[in-house]
Amino acid sequence: MSDQPLLRVNAVTKYYGGRIGCEEVSFSLWPGEVLAVVGESGSGKTTLLNCISTRLPPTSGTVEYRMRDGQMRDLYRMGEAERRLLMRTDWGFVHQNPADGLRMTVSAGANVGERLMAVGDRHYGKIRAAAGDWLGRVEIDVDRIDDQPRDFSGGMRQRLQIARNLVTGPRLVFMDEPTGGLDVSVQARLLDLVRSLVADLGLSAIVVTHDLAVARLLSHRMLVMKDGHVIEHGLTDRVLDDPQEPYTQLLVSSILQV
Amino acid sequence: MATPLVVSEVSKSFTMHLRSGVKLPVVDNVNFSVAAGECVVLGGPSGVGKSSILKMLYGNYSVNEGQILITHGDRTVDIASADPRMVLALRRDVIGYVSQFLRTVPRVAAVDVVAEPLIAQRVSQEAALARARELLAQLNLPERLWSLPPATFSGGEQQRVNIARGFITSHPVLLLDEPTASLDAANRAVVIDLIRDKKEEGAALLGIFHDAEVRAAVADRTIDVSEFRAVGEAA
Repeated sequence: MSDQPLLRVNAVTKYYGGRIGCEEVSFSLWPGEVLAVVGESGSGKTTLLNCISTRLPPTSGTVEYRMRDGQMRDLYRMGEAERRLLMRTDWGFVHQNPADGLRMTVSAGANVGERLMAVGDRHYGKIRAAAGDWLGRVEIDVDRIDDQPRDFSGGMRQRLQIARNLVTGPRLVFMDEPTGGLDVSVQARLLDLVRSLVADLGLSAIVVTHDLAVARLLSHRMLVMKDGHVIEHGLTDRVLDDPQEPYTQLLVSSILQV
Repeated sequence: MATPLVVSEVSKSFTMHLRSGVKLPVVDNVNFSVAAGECVVLGGPSGVGKSSILKMLYGNYSVNEGQILITHGDRTVDIASADPRMVLALRRDVIGYVSQFLRTVPRVAAVDVVAEPLIAQRVSQEAALARARELLAQLNLPERLWSLPPATFSGGEQQRVNIARGFITSHPVLLLDEPTASLDAANRAVVIDLIRDKKEEGAALLGIFHDAEVRAAVADRTIDVSEFRAVGEAA
């Protein structure tokens, strides 16, 4: 594990008018680390994710990212073009609803290949081969490569979205409720897939979820949010096995045992 | 050689915010150490805080007061105050833990569950899987189960997967929470052999064993955890 953080979030605050989205959130993320952000709907976790991933400018605070050259850069002080390139190449963003992250009316292969073309790949054969390879890694039959995602099931769409994000070899992936709308058995398959891909590729990830079982399975560390504030953070199994704050105790004690 | 594990003046209580903040004392002023090559048993009746002590040592439970000093290479680290990344590094390289129950991950085969801690230490997948198969064979887990996820295994089968996972690495400190609870006599004997091998390798072992036969076979000494009973506010 490297001693240099990949991402440094410093006092990020977002107000919607007078209402708090998130307030004074600070943390660092290291290479290879998976951080879960948990909390109920409206706790500010998606606002935080959007502020960090430059999809929503914060009211105040800074987000710094270590570029491939080792330099720490303030994301909101770099140019639009550079930021877009970063998002297309070094980052992935997996949406809860695959339709938000996929183009539903172009083929599965093109969905994956498009990100490669965006970073300058032009060789059709190579792009198609890479797309086929990635479909295989997310357990989609290669003979579906020319089908459109609107003909796929929810679980397949989500796996395709993951392939599209990982094909450029990103170092940081944001996931917003990645298993949100899926059946339990489909969730299990997706979680196992994400878990092994993250470990094999040494990715860093920030996963927003309201599902503590997802956080337990995927993450090393956890932030618990309530009313826009981080109220507890720490090692995932410490937070879940010995929660300190009243709200975290309520969350943990509300899990249904099977 | 430094003592691998020193527990100094450790206290722990739970504050139950959902029960109007009632404080449940667990243990108070826990003091002991475990030397390399030694197997120390935590004794005392159920509910006295034995498992809680193991969970504090592994970083699952927070520590209210005191220090838990672990020798990590040429440094000494206090796990009670270590940041999460340090705790994870200690778990990877220094402290192993065989819990009472296996936490299964969907779709991961038993042999991969066992090999994972070695792979995390950057041992090649091939070598790790080979060692995992050896251990599973030694623990008499039928070979047809190796490639299946352990979620549907019996209690004893899951426990053997858990033991193999805990014993596959050469962690200098190994915590054992009733590793033989659901095993038959033949497999208990295998675990006793595994523990003896660890002692010979120089590991510091700390365990909870309700089975008197196992305890007699492996323990160098017993610590009576009821001596650390907390005399805090009653519930």
